[in-house]
Amino acid sequence: MSRLKLLLLQILVMVVVLTIWHVISNFPIFGDVKTIRFFFSTPFDVLARTWKQLTGAEIYWHLSITLTETVLAFVIGSAAGVFFGFAFARNALLAAVFDPYIKAANALPRVVLAPIFALWFGLGIWSKVALGFTLVFFIVFFNVYQGVKEVSPTVLANARMLGMNERQLFRHVYWPSALTWMFSSLHTSVGFALVGAVVGEYLGSSAGLGYKIHEAESVFDVTGVFSGMLILALFVILIDSLVTMVENRLLVWRPGQSSTTT
Amino acid sequence: MQSEDSPPGAAGAGSAASAPAVRLSGLDITFHLKGGTRYQAVKAIDLSVASGEFVSVVGPTGCGKSTLLNAAAGLLTPSAGKVDIFGKPLVGLNRRAGYLFQQDALMPWKTALDNVKVALEPMGVSDAEADKRARDWLARVGLRAFTERYPHMLSGGQRKRVALAQMLIRDPEILLMDEPFGPLDAQTRQIMGNLLLDLWSRDRKALIFVTHDLEEAIALSDRVVVMSAGPAAGIVADYKVPLPRPRDIAEIRLEKAFHEIHRDIWSSLRIEVQKAYAMGEGKELVGEGSP
Repeated sequence: MSRLKLLLLQILVMVVVLTIWHVISNFPIFGDVKTIRFFFSTPFDVLARTWKQLTGAEIYWHLSITLTETVLAFVIGSAAGVFFGFAFARNALLAAVFDPYIKAANALPRVVLAPIFALWFGLGIWSKVALGFTLVFFIVFFNVYQGVKEVSPTVLANARMLGMNERQLFRHVYWPSALTWMFSSLHTSVGFALVGAVVGEYLGSSAGLGYKIHEAESVFDVTGVFSGMLILALFVILIDSLVTMVENRLLVWRPGQSSTTT
Repeated sequence: MQSEDSPPGAAGAGSAASAPAVRLSGLDITFHLKGGTRYQAVKAIDLSVASGEFVSVVGPTGCGKSTLLNAAAGLLTPSAGKVDIFGKPLVGLNRRAGYLFQQDALMPWKTALDNVKVALEPMGVSDAEADKRARDWLARVGLRAFTERYPHMLSGGQRKRVALAQMLIRDPEILLMDEPFGPLDAQTRQIMGNLLLDLWSRDRKALIFVTHDLEEAIALSDRVVVMSAGPAAGIVADYKVPLPRPRDIAEIRLEKAFHEIHRDIWSSLRIEVQKAYAMGEGKELVGEGSP
């Protein structure tokens, strides 16, 4: 199928959905238009609100807060994940002792931690960073652990036959292998860092995109909620394409692009 | 510098200078498998390879040829017996040997050039010098134009060439090769065989070449060692290959002398191959077992 045809079909889907939405919210087919607008708003209202917000200054301040939280959660979570992933993969005793605790901690739905983090770290950005951290850490940790464990035995034996010591093995074999696994989960971990930030903001804060959505919701401003969601989606697409660019640069040596997506 | 077929008892007589590059005496290797079972791969192996000698080891699939090589490399510790390298007992990895693996052993995240360069890092060679020597070696194996390629962008034969350069750039005194050309197609194998002979004949090192291809073994080597079918495989025969060098491995196969040697060795190898076949091909432990 040609690219043009595909693009046209993709646009068609959007047009059909928006048209249905528009018709239902403007003509009394399924009941009173006012009631329906209260629950679903209208596509033009949402687009108009989104445009107004994106051309104003305030939303960028909220976005910058969310972005800061996302980046901090990602960086700190990844650093800790890499460190512990290596430590556990290279030390069988450590891995065996902590195995049940790691599994238990990972099994816990992280949302329940949000109120505790709010209590510990306050309503500022750090409670959101902490929530994002708990999500990012485990993804990176398991990937790095796997990456170190699954170094090809032949590549390892070859490197040792070349006379490499532990430090050189780390630099030339273990580290690149672990990074590969980490990068292949980059989309997932960046996505989860953002989830942590937004959910944290939603549950209690005074700034950020999650706060904006929550604020609109608490006054039954459905247009505001949808508009917030739209901005969030645009934001995620932007971040995701940045991650893809970084990934393509870092994994040039890989045969096919086998990326995982959120 | 000729090979000696003497029993291991004579080892102590020679001084370090005349000691064989590799000497395996009374070597037993047993793997402990999951579930408590044991598998004896090789038993009572005596083999000595002089420096400058090209020795091929042939035998049925899964007879423990690779196991033997891994013991000489120090990648495996034998259950019993001795490994002596230039007259000294081997402790840990064999630092004087280079190893060419059957499977891809290049670091996939490094370019051809970096893969060859990195082999000099443990020797403390400066980066500029390593770069120069690595480029030189890649040119010698015919990959001058491919220095910046990653392994997945190279063909199987080209990857072997990089691996060969990576091994030889360190100038090891002993070369160990485990069916290195096994995964390649017939034409590429011949080209690689000639390349190997060309590189080896410049400064003859001790070379142990494991293969299941008898013709390849005869065409390349000075001596062909035949191993029995596993388990508890041993050496059943040891033939000299008195063909003149330099050789072209495609041409030499057409000579009468080649056929005579082939017939001789095949007579003992055939029995082992049939034994291995009768035991069932699938169940044996193949190659790269770790201890």
